[in-house]
Amino acid sequence: MLRNLWQRLTAPIDPPLMMLASLLLVYALLVLASASPERLGSQMINMCVALLVMRVVAQVPPQKMMHFALPVFIMGVMLLVAVALFGDISKGARRWLNLGFMRIQPSEIMKIAMPLMLAWYFQKHETYLRLREYAMATLILLLPVALIAKQPDLGTAILVMAAGFFVIFFAGLSWKVIVALVVAAVASAPLAWAMLRDYQRSRILTLIDPESDPLGKGFHIIQSTIAIGSGGIIGKGWGQGTQAQLEFIPERHTDFVFAVLSEELGLIGITVLLVLYALLIGRGLMIAANAPTLFTRLLAGSITLIFFTYAFVNMGMVSGILPVVGVPLPFISYGGTSLVTLFLGIGILMSIHKHRMLVQK
Amino acid sequence: MEFKNPEQELEHFHRRLTSAGSFVLFAFALLFARFVWLQVIQHSYYQTRAEDNRISLVPILPNRGLIIDRNGIVLAHNYSAYTLEITPSKAGDLEKTIDGLEQIIEIQPKDRKRFKKLMDESRNFESLPIRTRLSDEEVAKFIARRYRFPGVDVKARLFRQYPYNESASHLLGYIGRITDHDIEAIEKRDLEDNYRGTEHFGKSGLEQKYEFELHGQTGFEQVEVDSSGRAVRVLSRIAPVAGNNLTLTIDAKLQEVAELAFGSRRGALVAIEPATGGILALVSMPGFDPNLFVDGIDSQSWDALNNSLDKPMINRALNGTYPPGSTFKPFMALAALEIGKRTPAQTIYDPGVYNFGGHVFHDDKKGGHGTVNMYKSIVESCDTYYYMLANDLGIDHISSFMRQFGFGATTGVDIEGESKGVLPSQEWKREHFKRADQQRWFAGETISIGIGQGYNAYTPIQLAQATATLANNGVMYRPHIVKFIADTKSGTSIPIEPKPLRTLRLKPDHIEVIKAAMVGVNKEGTGSRAFAGAGYISAGKTGTAQVYSLKGEKYAEGRVKERLRDHALFIAFAPADQPTIALAVLVENGGFGAQAAAPIARQVLDYYLLGKRPNTPAPADDDDSEED
Repeated sequence: MLRNLWQRLTAPIDPPLMMLASLLLVYALLVLASASPERLGSQMINMCVALLVMRVVAQVPPQKMMHFALPVFIMGVMLLVAVALFGDISKGARRWLNLGFMRIQPSEIMKIAMPLMLAWYFQKHETYLRLREYAMATLILLLPVALIAKQPDLGTAILVMAAGFFVIFFAGLSWKVIVALVVAAVASAPLAWAMLRDYQRSRILTLIDPESDPLGKGFHIIQSTIAIGSGGIIGKGWGQGTQAQLEFIPERHTDFVFAVLSEELGLIGITVLLVLYALLIGRGLMIAANAPTLFTRLLAGSITLIFFTYAFVNMGMVSGILPVVGVPLPFISYGGTSLVTLFLGIGILMSIHKHRMLVQK
Repeated sequence: MEFKNPEQELEHFHRRLTSAGSFVLFAFALLFARFVWLQVIQHSYYQTRAEDNRISLVPILPNRGLIIDRNGIVLAHNYSAYTLEITPSKAGDLEKTIDGLEQIIEIQPKDRKRFKKLMDESRNFESLPIRTRLSDEEVAKFIARRYRFPGVDVKARLFRQYPYNESASHLLGYIGRITDHDIEAIEKRDLEDNYRGTEHFGKSGLEQKYEFELHGQTGFEQVEVDSSGRAVRVLSRIAPVAGNNLTLTIDAKLQEVAELAFGSRRGALVAIEPATGGILALVSMPGFDPNLFVDGIDSQSWDALNNSLDKPMINRALNGTYPPGSTFKPFMALAALEIGKRTPAQTIYDPGVYNFGGHVFHDDKKGGHGTVNMYKSIVESCDTYYYMLANDLGIDHISSFMRQFGFGATTGVDIEGESKGVLPSQEWKREHFKRADQQRWFAGETISIGIGQGYNAYTPIQLAQATATLANNGVMYRPHIVKFIADTKSGTSIPIEPKPLRTLRLKPDHIEVIKAAMVGVNKEGTGSRAFAGAGYISAGKTGTAQVYSLKGEKYAEGRVKERLRDHALFIAFAPADQPTIALAVLVENGGFGAQAAAPIARQVLDYYLLGKRPNTPAPADDDDSEED
């Protein structure tokens, strides 16, 4: 009876994914216990919520998800427009929408809504994919990205952009076009530079020479780089990081939690994290490879690569090779919103994997 | 329309997945390389940077060395007190802050003025005292309201204190807040580390001369700090080593007796132990309160000190130069004996005037002293004898003889900025004057040199040194104030060896003649009134230095304004046969040496030799019939 219940409860769950995600969560708690022990409790609650979301989503068959794709996307875009018009301003950016009973960040929805929408779009035009369809997909992608970038929220814009691009990439956009786009992007860099806000520009300048402003804009990068470097191979020991414990690392429980991990657990700790990420991504790509339909393939591949993008951008910025954009370290950073988004993605992957046979029938 | 083959399309998708997977691995490898670079290759660099971040060295100030007199009386020490300090750069509107503080703690206009002066002299990030010596109650009151005053804090500080206030002020000197000029001196000695956190520096007197002995060794606390600079815990501590204590040759009680003897008169007194050169008392009147300078002097007090006609900030003993007047005569007589221009018994006749080159030089005594030998010339202070003698010796002999006694040269006493004075000579005149016709030495100028007037100008300490050298039979010591330095670190004391500077080649017989005549001065001559009934045999010589030249007129004290009156001088040593003390006294505008200066010397000698402590200033003898 009880065993039966357990089986029903865990039926849609993919054990390898579940195990990797769990390991990451345990790791997150370990690091958080050092970086900000007072937040352990609330992060555990965040994790429970995220796991619940994952479990619910894992049960939803992909066909049903397809029905949601267009409405969710349209709602997301509308919310973004609403933000642009009536959003709350905090820290110089208009990112939040106050619904009276709660404040939401519509850009977060786009991280999942975007690949969902594009996958659905390609699925719909499966039989005749030509340049026109790719161009249309690009337009679908650019509208919300532009809205998000204008808030401005460069971190989320990059993630949404990446998510959409991955779908287009997996849909088979020709390499020639990709190369042409990259060339065009590089060529238009000066134009993009002109469009950036002052603080965004200074972040990029800071990246090139953080020591030019050691107490101002360069402070975050300098301090996190010192934290990583001083950690060495084996680290200073859990709870022993001087940079972390003496508050030299800014945002040490959120965006810069990786610096705490690196300082206290060293290169070994980083390697463990990289391996966990690599395995998770590998599993995700495997699920994509075995997915039955174009929609599921594109969705699985894109979501998997979002995990990678999160991880790469965060680690890159904390270690000083990418500009500081507000991207959390996936599964590790404190905070409920990104965790729920990530597990939503995991849930979708699980659903795709569990329902692969059903679809084929 | 192109027909799509599902098989082919799947294969295509799988190739894309492989590309993506490869890209992920490549990107992770790139990151990994970055981490290896930071954590392995650059590890030690970042390790150091992390350590620099968290560890801060906080200086712990050493106790400044004490200054102690020869009998163990402490003349300068330290005490701990709370001060209310403002860091201007953090405080915002200063006026408002001080007004606010005034609601809680008494702040006088004087405190505000001093604070303004400190502000002008310091850098903005320094913490400067607005009030010193807070009571416990005041500290508590402020602490309770501290949150209202950013940039204001109560600090426990060590303060220098001079318990005897004005006594010995010129000799002790004072400390004040460190200036850029002081920092240069510190940098020259490579002592920046040791002066980290030090806020005071010796500005004058012994405090200045022995700054680097007194300062001590700054200790350091290695403190772990967080990113806002707050100390989290102490990692290690190197205790400070207190500065070296100075033990002086000064007898503080004698010093006090001498100062009291002056009363409200201006002047200087230097008393030396002839056998060592150790200074027993070094007085310059009026004095000042060195305690005023410790917290930073307010501008009102500073102006008062600087603008006073009495010039209390000048150390007259070392920087005042005065003609020695008749106190020069014993040395002139000794020169005559040594050079062979006179014998003790040889006499001259003094009609009361001396004519030279058409100019008449008067003797102080109307009608003259009659027949005068060397003894009488000193005891009665006959001017004509020395007019003649000066002419017979000539300026070259006089200056080269006097030079041996240290006249016209710094004595090397351990206080900075001593004046040289003027030992007149042909050479000096050549160098000193610009116009060619003035550069020549006139024989007539030699005449008044003989009675200690003319170009003669010496400091009281030079006169005291010369007297001590005479008392010590020609063995000359460098006058010094510090007897030994007690090294706190090793516990040993480093004595300042009294090494003779030189031994003058003087015949003992000649010295005896002069000494006997100086004993005669106090027994039956110009010093006899002042030394009547003394329980010991002393040797002395009175002197009067002209401030205002009254050509040919008889000097009448009452007719001359006080500031233009003559300076009174007196030199003495005692006991005459085995001198333990030699001194020179100068009373500015005191009139005759016998009247104003000799009684001061008497009180000092009485105390030093007999332990008699007078309660009143030395009386100024008002009988002006005395010759000098």
